[in-house]
Amino acid sequence: MATLARLRLTQEEEAMFGGQLSQILDFIGALNELDTASVEPMSHALDITNVYRDDAENVKFPADFWRANAPSQDFGHLRVPKIIEG
Amino acid sequence: MNDICFLTLSELMAAMDKGDVTSAEAVEAYLGRISKVDPELNSYVTVDADGARKAAIEADQRRANGEKAPLLGAPLAIKDLMATSGLRTACGSKILENFVPPYDSFAVAKLKEAGAVILGKTNMDEFAMGSSNETSYFGPVKNPWNMEKIPGGSSGGSAAAVAADLCAAALGSDTGGSIRQPASLCGIVGLKPTYGRVSRFGLVAFASSLDQIGPMTKDIRDAALLTGIISGHDPMDSTCAEEPVGDYLSGLDKGVEGMTVGVPDEYFIEGMDPEVESKVRAAIEILGSKGAIIKRISLPHTKYAVPTYYVIAPAEASSNLARYDGVRYGYRDMDADGLFPMYLSTRNKGFGSEVKRRIMLGTYALSAGYYDAYYLKAQKARTLIKRDFQKAFENVSVIVAPTAPAPAFGLGEKINDPLKMYLSDIFTISANLAGIPGVSVPCGLTKKGEPIGLQILGSYFQEASTLRAARTLEKEIGFSDEKPRIGIQTG
Repeated sequence: MATLARLRLTQEEEAMFGGQLSQILDFIGALNELDTASVEPMSHALDITNVYRDDAENVKFPADFWRANAPSQDFGHLRVPKIIEG
Repeated sequence: MNDICFLTLSELMAAMDKGDVTSAEAVEAYLGRISKVDPELNSYVTVDADGARKAAIEADQRRANGEKAPLLGAPLAIKDLMATSGLRTACGSKILENFVPPYDSFAVAKLKEAGAVILGKTNMDEFAMGSSNETSYFGPVKNPWNMEKIPGGSSGGSAAAVAADLCAAALGSDTGGSIRQPASLCGIVGLKPTYGRVSRFGLVAFASSLDQIGPMTKDIRDAALLTGIISGHDPMDSTCAEEPVGDYLSGLDKGVEGMTVGVPDEYFIEGMDPEVESKVRAAIEILGSKGAIIKRISLPHTKYAVPTYYVIAPAEASSNLARYDGVRYGYRDMDADGLFPMYLSTRNKGFGSEVKRRIMLGTYALSAGYYDAYYLKAQKARTLIKRDFQKAFENVSVIVAPTAPAPAFGLGEKINDPLKMYLSDIFTISANLAGIPGVSVPCGLTKKGEPIGLQILGSYFQEASTLRAARTLEKEIGFSDEKPRIGIQTG
């Protein structure tokens, strides 16, 4: 599950989370008391669906934004660790 | 100079209008008080002294030129998960420790348009995940009423800064009680507006179907003033409502004569603090004595709110926080070898325990084979919780309940027991799931001198009646005269 979540936990964390998460999941199990066979699921509070806007640039990112915020860069490009093996 | 700091936002604006005080003087007073009080309190993560001074001088010039704006020169604080152009927005996390946004969030832009001066960014639980402010990468905030206690969370920095008079007012955000619970524990006013009332554009996303920005203030009038300013439609947030913005100020003092007030049985439970129960019950009697019709009601699915929330909020969070991968901005583990190992160790070192716990929980709830049993089930339970409120609001205008089951707990008391921590939001979570507005207003102190708050919940977009009922209590209880002792003895 940690890898699926793109996390690498320490052994300490694995031990701690194991117990805590099963306790939380037991608690969430209370939902099984509810008969929801005929209940519609709700994804958010308002009756709004499919709101569209023009696919236009709205926020201007100043040139130095990436310079200030990117963890690694060169020649105006973001640098990442090596992707292709061999 | 402390006197300026103790004014409410509305009082300060009136003093500026009369020419009794300038914005520059107010900003200096706050900066002075912050440097004296905040090293111990830790309510601010970033104080923008230079920016605030500059903005204050500008505001004073505009005022001298005869310009008028509702917040012209008002020194405010912003929870550190709303983007502020050119000013670090770290969201309580190592992973965003050095992040400087290129634009203002909608709410902050609205405040600036109205003339506000941003004093700085307030401390918070990491990614707004927490009820005590102890999950912040920048250290816990303390409660100004008792430095051994937590201020509540996740907007604990904003709550403590307002309570300790380190700003005229602040913005917070509320996903499961993160405005109302700290407001209650710090003895201030906090309003979570209807979902969609305030744009989430520029708000660092935690659980997008629950997150809502709102004011944290010294009194109800200030909350009404700020709500009117930050509300409104924004095409940049597709869940932002097109509903017209109400007039929250003019009806505030009209009282509760004839208003039907619901008191839900499920919010007065075994195990709640007896002093909280008695203060809230006393406040309900006050509403009755002022002409409100008090009605017992039932919200039968209340006990399912916390389990529902701890599926939906982590599920949305696990998806929202997938963007922090160390590639484009934020922290990266430079020692990792290869792209995939870099993702894993960046996220492991960049996020704190509570965030990782929730990402794991959410990933699990959304994973193939568990989706129906957890996520879909919780979405259906959410419908039942919403229906409870819809049914209740057919017969009552507002609902009154305690904001938190107990006054502030001790620093360190619950941090190692996540479930116990989650249950401290037992009374606030339902309003987020349903999407209705709620305001926490102080209703007294315990014998030990700790603030107790109650919340008034309203139906969709009924912020005005919610605030009006809260204002009636505020006037009758007279709590706004109470102050924590922090920084007062030392002048």
